[in-house]
Amino acid sequence: MSDDRKNAEAFAALALPLLAQLYNFAHWLAGDRQDAEDLVQETYLKGLRGFASFTPGTNFRAWMYRILRNTFLTSRAGLKANVSFDDEENQVAEPVATGDPESFLMTQIDRAQIQSALQQLPVQQREIILLSDVEEMSYKEISETLSVPIGTVMSRLSRSRKVMRDLLQAKTQRAGL
Amino acid sequence: MNCTWRERLELYAGGELPPNELGEFEQHLRSCHSCSAEAVSRMRMKHAIRAATSDAFAPSPDFRARLQNAILPEPQPRMGWWPVISIAATAVVALVVAGMILSRNNTRQDLFSEAVDSHVSTLASANPVDVVSTDRHTVKPWFQGKLPFSFNLPELQNSEFRLIGGRVSYLGQQPAAHLLFGIRKHDISVFILQDSESLDRLIHNAGSNRLNNFNIDTWSRNGLRYIVVSDTAMADLEALSDLLRASA
Repeated sequence: MSDDRKNAEAFAALALPLLAQLYNFAHWLAGDRQDAEDLVQETYLKGLRGFASFTPGTNFRAWMYRILRNTFLTSRAGLKANVSFDDEENQVAEPVATGDPESFLMTQIDRAQIQSALQQLPVQQREIILLSDVEEMSYKEISETLSVPIGTVMSRLSRSRKVMRDLLQAKTQRAGL
Repeated sequence: MNCTWRERLELYAGGELPPNELGEFEQHLRSCHSCSAEAVSRMRMKHAIRAATSDAFAPSPDFRARLQNAILPEPQPRMGWWPVISIAATAVVALVVAGMILSRNNTRQDLFSEAVDSHVSTLASANPVDVVSTDRHTVKPWFQGKLPFSFNLPELQNSEFRLIGGRVSYLGQQPAAHLLFGIRKHDISVFILQDSESLDRLIHNAGSNRLNNFNIDTWSRNGLRYIVVSDTAMADLEALSDLLRASA
C-alpha cells in the first residue's frame, strides 16, 4: 500500500465520522445545501492535503472545524455574509425584546423560532453558539477552532447568547400578541 | 441583573466552572433568585437550541459517497480469476507459438545440420558414393528400386560442374538420393527427397542458408525437396540449383 493511500485512510478514519456534524455546521454558516456541500468538500480536501502537518494527539475535531470556518470566511458565501472580525462591530438587526428572564423561562420555545433566530444572528455569533451548544465544545476547543483567546470566547459567547435570547423573546412576544 | 456572581454564572452554564468552585456557586443559586432564574433560562435555551439545530441539516447519501470517493478513492478492483486465467492462457499460447517457431527453426536447423553432417561424413568416407559415375544416365538408374520416387539429373556438359556419383541417404528419417557433384576442388552434395506438407511447412522459406561455413540452398519442385550443401561459394550452389531446377 502506498504512503498516499495510508495517509488518506488514516485521515478518512478520523474525518468521516465528523461528516454529519461538519455538514450541519457548514449548512448553518453557508445557508444552503449547495454551498454547504462545496464548503465541506473543500474542507475535507484541504484537510487531506494538510493532514501530514496535523500533530497526532491534538484536537482533530477543532482542527477540522478551523479549516471549515477559514474556508467559509474566504468563500463566496462567507464574503457575502460580510463577516466582521471585530466583536464591537457586530450588531443585531432585530429590536431587543423587553421582559425578564423569568417570564421568558415560562414561554414555550418553538423549534422554528429558534432556527429563525439563529439564522438572523451575524455569522460570528451564530458560529460560536453552534460550537458551544450544538457541538458542545469547551471554551478551549472553541478558542482553538476560532483562533481567539479563551477570554474572547467567553465574552463573545455571552454577548451572542444575549442577542439570541432577545431575538427569541421578541419572537415569542410577537407570537403571543 | 448585577449580581457579582455573573461571571461564574457564565462558566457554570457553559459547564466550565472549576469543580472546587461548584459547591459554593450552587449554594449561591439556592439563595439568589435572579441568578437561579438566569441559570435555568440559559440551560433551557441551550438545550432548546441544540434540539432545534443539531440535526437540522444532514448530508445526502449521494454527497457522502462523493466525498468519500474524493478523499479515499476505491482501489482498483482486484482482478478476478478470469483475467488471470486469460493472461495465463495468452502466455501459454504465446509460449506454445514461440515453442513451435523455435521448434520449427530448430527442426529446420536440425535438418540442415543433418544434411551438412551427411555431406561431411560422405566426403570423409573412403567410399563416398555407392555409384561412381559422371554419367547421369548411369547414376539415375542406379537409384531405381532404392527410392520411392524418381528424379531427373541435368546435363552438365557445358558447365563447370561434374557428377561424381550417388548413394542412398536419409534425411529427417526419409530416404533421400544423395548426389555428389564437383566444381573445381569443391564437392557439392545434393539431397533429393519426397516433399511433404510437414517438410514443406518446415522449410517453407526456400533459399540460401549458411551453417558452419557451409552454404545451403533448398527448394521444392514437383513434389521433391532439393537440399544442396557445399563449402563452395553460394553462387556455385545457385548455379547448380538452376541446372537442377531446369531438369526437374
